Amino acid sequence: MKKLILGTTALALSAGMALAQDVIRMGTEGAYPPYNFINDNGEVDGFERELGDELCKRAELTCTWVTNEWDSIIPNLVSGNYDTIIAGMSITDERDEVIDFTQNYFPPDPSVYVGLSEGIDVENAVVVAQTGTIQASHVASTGATLLEFPTPDETVAAVRNGEADAVLADKGFLEPIVKESGGELVIIGDDVMLGDGIGMGLRESDAELKATFDAAIQSMKDDGSLAILIAKWFDGMDSGF
Amino acid sequence: MFPSCADPSTLDGAAWLACYLTNGKHMAFYTSFGTVMLLLAVTAPAALLFGFGGAMAARARLWPVRVIGRTYTAMVRGVPDIIFFLFVPIALDQAFEWLRHQAKCPDWTEPIRQGNDFVVCAQAKLPLSTSPQWVHETYGFFLAVLAFAIVFGAFAANVLFGAMRAVPRAQMETAEAYGMTERQSFWRILVPQMWIYALPGLSNLWMILIKATPLLFLLGVEDIVYWARELGGAKTSIYAYPHPDWRLYYFLGLLVFYLSLTKVSEIVLGRLTVRLSHGQATLGGEALRKADA
Repeated sequence: MKKLILGTTALALSAGMALAQDVIRMGTEGAYPPYNFINDNGEVDGFERELGDELCKRAELTCTWVTNEWDSIIPNLVSGNYDTIIAGMSITDERDEVIDFTQNYFPPDPSVYVGLSEGIDVENAVVVAQTGTIQASHVASTGATLLEFPTPDETVAAVRNGEADAVLADKGFLEPIVKESGGELVIIGDDVMLGDGIGMGLRESDAELKATFDAAIQSMKDDGSLAILIAKWFDGMDSGF
Repeated sequence: MFPSCADPSTLDGAAWLACYLTNGKHMAFYTSFGTVMLLLAVTAPAALLFGFGGAMAARARLWPVRVIGRTYTAMVRGVPDIIFFLFVPIALDQAFEWLRHQAKCPDWTEPIRQGNDFVVCAQAKLPLSTSPQWVHETYGFFLAVLAFAIVFGAFAANVLFGAMRAVPRAQMETAEAYGMTERQSFWRILVPQMWIYALPGLSNLWMILIKATPLLFLLGVEDIVYWARELGGAKTSIYAYPHPDWRLYYFLGLLVFYLSLTKVSEIVLGRLTVRLSHGQATLGGEALRKADA
């Protein structure tokens, strides 16, 4: 069986050689609507899918989509399993040491606390956030007790079943959930500003690809199509681009 | 799937459910059951092979071979699985790509390690970035099988090593008395008889292997637990089929699947024990002999 798999792989590899055009593999998480999610047909969908496809079209690249768990999304990029991260990843100094970012394609996005009632003191509560996010670092820096889960969905579920008092995540992700919860979930307090906006992550050795995507993002900012796309996916949000 | 599913928001009740359970995502979920079964079917013999090799090495007469065998079992058994599964596939993948790079791009001047980055030439990528998605998935699956085989092989090696020593010494002495060479007595006397001693340990390993398949997702292979979590999570109206948190139902489904798999395994292993006990100097073998007489 293993031989068979190896055999077919080798065959497919040699067949692939004939194509000179390189394919850019776009890595995303697929669990963070409306940024990126797996739609009901099992395909990657969302704001970043539409954005990524448009960027590839403008840069005249052939792109395919790959999903990877959030936890290991950076190690798999630097190891070369895909070429970009386009997964709602905020640009931070910490990440910038390991990978490179394009200019932001999404403005510094406010984060919000969401809980079952408005009276929660988020500085002295159990606050849940997704592992390895800027929100998790923020909670850790406040006086709150940090609880972490590997996927965004599980963080919201933890608030619903009382495991945590509040969740901290991007407003764009939490707002539709609060709206559709029928009053069960409420936003607590004001927006928290974190990070320098969202950009595409690339390997530090891929300067050329970074420049290509930078130019494509700039062209979308210039002709206003990026602002329209953001307004479409984020309920009329004014991005200021 | 059905033509009536074109606009799910107009449906309700059984029609909605029928469409929901047959959408593309659920089809991927059902397929992943096949992936898990295939993984088990391929990994079990592969791990047994690794285990047999490890056990033979651990009792070899040449001490370098013996050291290799013992180091393999001791090291792999000592490392937590989750670390192993994060590290080994990436390391294996890079090792393969490095070898291909050396062979295919001898003129490459840039360093392979650039800071954190691992950069090989485009032709050395495995699989090539131009290959279709299924090739990437098959390759990921192959890495998963290899990682599982290495880990479970180490445990199996220890089990088999013990089983080989449990075969009564008198059997081996008799073989020698008949003038068999060491190789002959190993393959004709020791190996056929050791399985009954190895079976309890191996059946434990099999049960653990069944439950270890969710580790697959660490390797990017989407298995049943990944899909259950993904499908069960609360869905807002951005999805065609919004629903609240249904993870409980999906995980109950998985519970039934795993319990049935365990039950079937127990039946098969029970039959295997009876079969292997025939003519053995064990309590089970003795009971069989008396029942026949």
